[in-house]
Amino acid sequence: MKGFTAHTGVALPLMTDNMNTDVIIPSREMKRVSKVGLADGLFANIRYADGKRQPDPAFLLNRAEYADASVLMLGRNAGCGSSREHAVWALADYGFRAVLAESFATIFHDNCVANGIVPVALPRATLDRIADWVMDNPSERQVTVDLSAGHVEADGAHVFEIAPLAQRMLIEGLSPIDLTLEDRPLIDAFTEADRARRGWLYRAGQG
Amino acid sequence: MGQTLYQKIRAAHEVRRFEDGSSLVYIDRIMLHERTGSIALSNMIDEGRGIMTPEMVFSTIDHIVDTRPGRPDGTRMPGGQVFLDEMRRTTGQLGLRLFGTDDPRQGIVHVIAPEQGIALPGITMVCPDSHTCTLGGLGALAWGIGSTDCEHALAARTLRIAGHRQMRIRLEGRRPGWLTAKDIIIHLICRFGAGFGAGHVIEFAGPVVEAMEVEERLTLCNMGVEFAAFTALVAPDRKTLDYVQGRAFAPRAEDVPEAEAQWLALTSDADAAFDRDIVVDVSEIAPTVSWGTSPEHATPVDGLLPGGPGLEAAYRYAGLEPGTPILGQPIDGAFIGSCTNSRLSDLRCAAALLRGRKVPDGVRAVCAPGSTAVKLAAEAEGLDAVFREAGFEWHEAGCAFCFYAGGETFPPGARVVSSTNRNFEGRQGPGVRTHIASPETVAWSAVNGRISDVREVLS
Repeated sequence: MKGFTAHTGVALPLMTDNMNTDVIIPSREMKRVSKVGLADGLFANIRYADGKRQPDPAFLLNRAEYADASVLMLGRNAGCGSSREHAVWALADYGFRAVLAESFATIFHDNCVANGIVPVALPRATLDRIADWVMDNPSERQVTVDLSAGHVEADGAHVFEIAPLAQRMLIEGLSPIDLTLEDRPLIDAFTEADRARRGWLYRAGQG
Repeated sequence: MGQTLYQKIRAAHEVRRFEDGSSLVYIDRIMLHERTGSIALSNMIDEGRGIMTPEMVFSTIDHIVDTRPGRPDGTRMPGGQVFLDEMRRTTGQLGLRLFGTDDPRQGIVHVIAPEQGIALPGITMVCPDSHTCTLGGLGALAWGIGSTDCEHALAARTLRIAGHRQMRIRLEGRRPGWLTAKDIIIHLICRFGAGFGAGHVIEFAGPVVEAMEVEERLTLCNMGVEFAAFTALVAPDRKTLDYVQGRAFAPRAEDVPEAEAQWLALTSDADAAFDRDIVVDVSEIAPTVSWGTSPEHATPVDGLLPGGPGLEAAYRYAGLEPGTPILGQPIDGAFIGSCTNSRLSDLRCAAALLRGRKVPDGVRAVCAPGSTAVKLAAEAEGLDAVFREAGFEWHEAGCAFCFYAGGETFPPGARVVSSTNRNFEGRQGPGVRTHIASPETVAWSAVNGRISDVREVLS
């Protein structure tokens, strides 16, 4: 995975509360056993009119000034609902690199980090201010997410907090699995001790 | 200071503690289904990663498999066959257990996990499916993850989790006989908001929870994720232990005393501290149904629909008006199934209201038992005949009706009362208006052809 230091791009201020992953990508759009090729299904239910592939002009992403958006803006409880990582893969496939929201659903948050998308939590008032500023001229007024510095630049700098591990994983583009496997001796030692403590689990029925 | 139930389970699984409060925790058992598991497994094969402990992995086919009676071994989702084929190929190649469509142990992951003794008190469990929190009803620390985390758990038998805040919701007061666990959890989400549990582990406790049957506790915890919680759980007690005993993947008879002694110690200490400690009097809760497009859009069945800012889109989708009653709204469909409410106890409660009654013409009613074992057990006691004679379709076990993947659905615009957990826009199909409710409310509404109050018949 590519490392992330800072990104500047067009923001898409949807600002929706409780934006669920069914809306980010409907289940019927998850057609392949694959993490790529999902951009077309992104927001399909609200992006296309009448169930056909006709862009609905009422949806912000279909307007020319937002078409190149790479910073998604949502309200509270962003990415709630289904655990489908396809929601994040579809965002990444379209070109999104960061999501700004008031709060995140846990699974969606972790899926973002696992796929190089920066989840940025900001107070609602800050988000509303950024959204107003962006909407005046979306293509000119681009938003910068500076992960190393821990702030968003958009009509001023707005500091955000992110867990140190998530920050490091995103910046270095690390594979969490490889990182954990460095602790293999610890895991093996735990298993050994656990087998003595909870033998019932290791000897449990095997069907 | 004492420890909470969650802290005890977490501490017993901590392989490594990090400075930021996160921990690498040991994962005891993993469940997979074809919709998300197939991707994790094929990616692992592509990357040449091995599975650390294949015997702790349990897979099934539940999400998009056809549930029509006597189903063909396929899916009605256009292009969906590849998920079934990949699940069979990858589990075969990696030597994993698969409860396929020809296996009597097949069913919805969160239904078969307790049923087969895969979920146990005090263990850690994950599945790339958000409703894994259901298993907290047994006192397991179980949570839903994405595909990448699933690969992590498979490859390293561990996951790194953040430090969580803790919330206890104590349910007290007199519980009327007609009040279900489903009514209670929808009420809580409506009252406190769908984002209320963010960053928290929720422990459900108090005399009402202690008096609940185990399967009711599974329903309660199932919707923990609709509350935005990391997960939810209930302390195991004698009822839990009796429920678990003798199941296929549970401890062997000679190990039961030791296991039970450990499980009974899994309670929050009297002096344990919670970040939030809430008491709710259940005697004030009515049968509860959702009206809009988030589980927090709910109302007592005899209430008037709420007003307020930001609800316009939900009302537009639902085809309803604030200030009007939900009671008596004509329905087009009724569904009993899903990981929330499709266990044998749910089907019995619904059947009791369907016996001798008939769903009116124009209402399509469907029941999909949660597992093949539930279906067979229900048939053995004649429940299938009750459902069929009442006009319900009697389906095979699976998830398909709960979420639309291009296959099973109701027509656009249909108003459907459903024992499921999500009423998101389009969740059960384009334009379908889902009202989530208890199986009893679904059954009683189905035979009346309109959203109905179970107190008319159960009081």
